[in-house]
Amino acid sequence: MKYLKLTLSFLLTLGIFYVLNTKLGPIPPLGKFLNPYTGIWQNETDENITGEIVISGLKEPVSILYDDLLIPHIFAQNDADLYRAQGYVTAKHRLWQLEFQTYAAAGRLSEIVGEGALNYDRQQRRLGMVYGAEQALERMANDTETMSYLEAYSDGVNAYINCLKDKNLPLEYKLLNYKPEPWNIKKTALLLMYMTKTLASREHDLEYTNALRIFGEDTFNKLYPEFFEIIDPIIPKETDWSFITAQQTATPLSELPLDTISETLSKPHENNGSNNWAISGEKSITGHPILANDPHLTLNLPSIWYVMQLSTPEHSSMGATLPGALGVISGFNTHIAWGETNATRDLLDWYKIVFKDDTRTQYKYGDGWRDVTERIEEIKVKNGKTLKDTVLYTHHGPVVYDHNFKGDNPLSGYAMKWIGLEGGNNQRTFLDLNRGKNYDDYLNAIKPYVAPAQNFVFASAEGDIALWIQGKFPNKWEGQGKFLMDGSNPDHDWPDFIPQEFNAHTKNPERGFVSSANQHPVDEQYPFYVFNDGYDTYRSRVINNFFRSKDKFSVEDLKGLQNNTFNLKASELLPYVFETMDTSSLTEDELRIYDEVKNWDFYSDIDKLAPSIWSAWWPRLYAKVWDEFDIEDVALDVPFTYQTIYMLTHMSNDEFMDVKDTPEKESAQDLFLLTFKEAANELMEWKATNGEYNYQNYKGTFVGHLLQGLPAFSRFELPIGGDRNTVNAMDKNHGPSWRMVVELSSPPKAYGIYPGGQSGNPGSKFYDNFIDDWATGKYHSLNFLQSNTPTKDIIGTQTLIPSDQ
Amino acid sequence: MTKRQFNFLATLLFALSLSFVLPWWSVMLAGLLAALLIPLKKSAVFFVPFFAILLFWISYSYFLSSGNDFILAKKIAILLPLDGNPYILILITGLLGGIAAGIAAIFGKQLRQVITTKS
Repeated sequence: MKYLKLTLSFLLTLGIFYVLNTKLGPIPPLGKFLNPYTGIWQNETDENITGEIVISGLKEPVSILYDDLLIPHIFAQNDADLYRAQGYVTAKHRLWQLEFQTYAAAGRLSEIVGEGALNYDRQQRRLGMVYGAEQALERMANDTETMSYLEAYSDGVNAYINCLKDKNLPLEYKLLNYKPEPWNIKKTALLLMYMTKTLASREHDLEYTNALRIFGEDTFNKLYPEFFEIIDPIIPKETDWSFITAQQTATPLSELPLDTISETLSKPHENNGSNNWAISGEKSITGHPILANDPHLTLNLPSIWYVMQLSTPEHSSMGATLPGALGVISGFNTHIAWGETNATRDLLDWYKIVFKDDTRTQYKYGDGWRDVTERIEEIKVKNGKTLKDTVLYTHHGPVVYDHNFKGDNPLSGYAMKWIGLEGGNNQRTFLDLNRGKNYDDYLNAIKPYVAPAQNFVFASAEGDIALWIQGKFPNKWEGQGKFLMDGSNPDHDWPDFIPQEFNAHTKNPERGFVSSANQHPVDEQYPFYVFNDGYDTYRSRVINNFFRSKDKFSVEDLKGLQNNTFNLKASELLPYVFETMDTSSLTEDELRIYDEVKNWDFYSDIDKLAPSIWSAWWPRLYAKVWDEFDIEDVALDVPFTYQTIYMLTHMSNDEFMDVKDTPEKESAQDLFLLTFKEAANELMEWKATNGEYNYQNYKGTFVGHLLQGLPAFSRFELPIGGDRNTVNAMDKNHGPSWRMVVELSSPPKAYGIYPGGQSGNPGSKFYDNFIDDWATGKYHSLNFLQSNTPTKDIIGTQTLIPSDQ
Repeated sequence: MTKRQFNFLATLLFALSLSFVLPWWSVMLAGLLAALLIPLKKSAVFFVPFFAILLFWISYSYFLSSGNDFILAKKIAILLPLDGNPYILILITGLLGGIAAGIAAIFGKQLRQVITTKS
């Protein structure tokens, strides 16, 4: 009996230990998680931003002054110490995110979250994300200075990781029950790959191949024009291109493989983009140039951006940094300011590969066969079996699609040629911008930059403004890479790159401003082939028209423009709809909704009903026009918005207006009515469940936690207007991830804000404290300190001290 | 001092000192040790260490959380989900620690009985 009791109580003890010490499904190990001395209660704390910390490898002491926004102002005596401190401070406030993003880049999320991430990881591996990072490191290895800073940054991150005790682990580690691994320079390269994938891997080549095959060339060209009459390109139309002495590659005579492709890779978010602009001194009320930048990305907590000031006796810069990368990415220093928007161009192409036999060791090229190289990707899975995936590499790049992945033919596959795998030393560009003093320094900094191609806007205190569209661009023949190409035909290989000096650019243009919003970089006069299928056609025109609307502008004007919600897209379609749609069949309720949208001033503001009506209506209309594209097992992408609206308003009886499922022949007007009634119905139902559908409620803007948007750590129902096509490009969960306006006075005056907070700890009051101001269009004045003497805004000073060696 | 009070204090002291060197399950060890040294009877075997640790964990987590306006506790109470109520989260924290210590104490008591009858 005694022994039975002993055994039972022992088993009970083991049982309770097991239950409280083990992660059970989504529930964290509750004993570990909730105990007050190592669990989450230790994360329930204010920021520790004072005192002295010993860091090995430092040459001199570094002081870190935190202002009341928790922005660190780092003052170091030399660059190596500066970047070591940047690594340390970034890790201190953003460690979990810093590491998680590089796990995501490397296709290693399954290690943390288990099987659920396996498809994602596999796609990352097949795209060659790790291979690309290795290529980049190889290039960077030639630049010993940059390498030494990367190492310093890495040591700084590790100095923080090494001093972490269990109780200080960021909350997410406790939730998922794992620990950080040491940082290394490859992780910085992986982070840069992550950005390259986000910004330079969206394309539709395989979908276009299907469309070309199904609809024929004439219809294809009607649906997908490369240029539109109304475009207002980044580099003004009147630019003289006579300085370009090279020519576009001649188009070879050859056939394209018109395969049927049933499934394609998931693509980066279609709204990824940005705005930037700079106005000259003459166009500025104060006489100083003003520069602005706002990158549009999926909005997460912790934010992708982290604001810092980075100073040495030689240079001092401030602005948005990317955790994991060195220096300021979008910001300013004492002399210049810079910012980026994505310079999309089709820089990811597909080649059909034909293997010699089912051993898949050789593929056809020219008159002979070439060897493939194998790369084995091992994907570790939490609580599961490691998955090994063999990816074959050709001279084009990895065979992403084959019979192991989204394909079924053992004798063929599709290889990817992607600028992201080219390798490049992009870190150098940002280091040089941080210490740049003038236009020449800016130009030298961006020259070697490879990918993702960016529109680098520039302004200097000397009074120059400029914008270069910088990246490595292959000098493609007309139409090259728009469709699946023949991987065995040497004529289909990418030609040489366009010489850097012939990249499109503008410096001190007569009009007094430079701007970009992901629109066409140039018009058709530019002597090289320029193609991308996602160019902006709306924000860019609103921005440029704004700068043409008067002579001089202030900082406040520029802030206003970043927050502008004028819906040019709606304004180009709805008046035509109101004019031509037959409203006689509308019910009383529908008529009320119709009148509401008819009286709209086209500003997508939060208190209005009309923008909700528009956002319920437009997607239905868009889908109805292209119902022909809904074909089972064929990957297709519908034509772009601008062309759709053009056809609706200019070709209202086009064959595509017909709804295939009905016996009648519909016109655009029929589609307007049909989809309006559907939208009105949806809105009435929405109202019955959720109350008034004013735009704030209906849009439901939110910023989601980086880990599957955990609601507990996210922010919802934010009061911000706009949609994906307004200058304030705020869609439901995607939009201005950082807003900055800098006036190039001496010293510069800068304003910035982002939807998040400086701390990555959900238990900190600095976790999301910028969000409310950001949503309502407010800015924080950025406190660009001129020395390391604390001012009244400084809430804490921490000193990093070298260890005695 | 009664045995119960003595056990209560010993559990607390063990738990406090072991928490500096051991993870969360130090409270289980504390309950077990106290039961070995100071045997109690009937339900007190469980409830005395239970309340000792309950009190310990509740007051410590309350102390940490109240100093930070319960910012994180409110969020964790949405995550778990406890309707966003930080006090329920604090109570659950205490209950978990208490139960773990109490059960370990039952085992400690059984162990003591086996050892003492043998010798």
